[in-house]
Amino acid sequence: MKFAVIQFPGSNCDFDLLWAIRDVMGAEAEFVWHDETSLSGFDGVLIPGGFSYGDYLRCGAIASFANIMPEIKRLAAEGKPVFGTCNGFQILVEAGLLPGVLIRNDSLKFVSKWQTLNVLNKQTKFTTEYGENEVINLPIAHGEGKYVADEATLVELKANNQIVFTYENGNPNGSVDNIAGIINKEGNVLGMMPHPERAMEDLLGGSDGAKLFASVLKNFVKVEEVNA
Amino acid sequence: MTKATVYVTYKESILDPQGQAVQKAASKLGYDKVAQIRIGKYFEIEGTGSSEELKTQVEALASELLANPNMETYRVEVVEE
Repeated sequence: MKFAVIQFPGSNCDFDLLWAIRDVMGAEAEFVWHDETSLSGFDGVLIPGGFSYGDYLRCGAIASFANIMPEIKRLAAEGKPVFGTCNGFQILVEAGLLPGVLIRNDSLKFVSKWQTLNVLNKQTKFTTEYGENEVINLPIAHGEGKYVADEATLVELKANNQIVFTYENGNPNGSVDNIAGIINKEGNVLGMMPHPERAMEDLLGGSDGAKLFASVLKNFVKVEEVNA
Repeated sequence: MTKATVYVTYKESILDPQGQAVQKAASKLGYDKVAQIRIGKYFEIEGTGSSEELKTQVEALASELLANPNMETYRVEVVEE
């Protein structure tokens, strides 16, 4: 499996994400600049956190029209893993790959801390390595992480078990139904506000993020292998 | 109910990098007749009293708080409903 870590002007978790998937998990991974127009040869996409285009207009809005986006949408349509954390999640909703939107935290404050999360759906290809009833801790760091969606979307998200992560022990941003991360209906595009790539080794304060990447590497296989 | 709207925009002399970034995105999407975009703020205010009273207060509010006169200008509209 070879992953593309997309870099936008203003990305700031790109090196963490590359380090997580390549140096900790041992997968192949390379940076891909947002202006590139091909993801040929890649089996998955990781979109990092940060402040793409300075969060101008709306966070993620301008990045969602970057030259690389049609290729990210192609990989998503082909069933390959597409993962966005923090600003990456904001980009995925602006691009229409995930429903809903992320708006300013209720507190109006930038929240940066370790957060307890419930892994609500452990059947997704991103979460099978998490144990039954496992409560995890991951860092969060965002000013606009309040997830909102219209009533019909929320009903659909629940009906399809698309809510993957929820905040536990307090809601840090006012997210509807404590939503911290959601997956698309097809089960291959995941967006979440918390940062699993910052929790890969106990030395960093926790390693609960590693199981997410381990799940991806276990459950997604190269397309060529499927066809063979 | 008396209502006021306030539009706050950058002065012509102030560079608006956010507007420029949005303009570049528009141009990439093929909107070739869109030459310049400048982003401003829009306030919806509900008030009490007469429209003259509200207008006086909102004008003062706009210059004291809503706009920074160093870089922004504002326009106030008051409507009675």
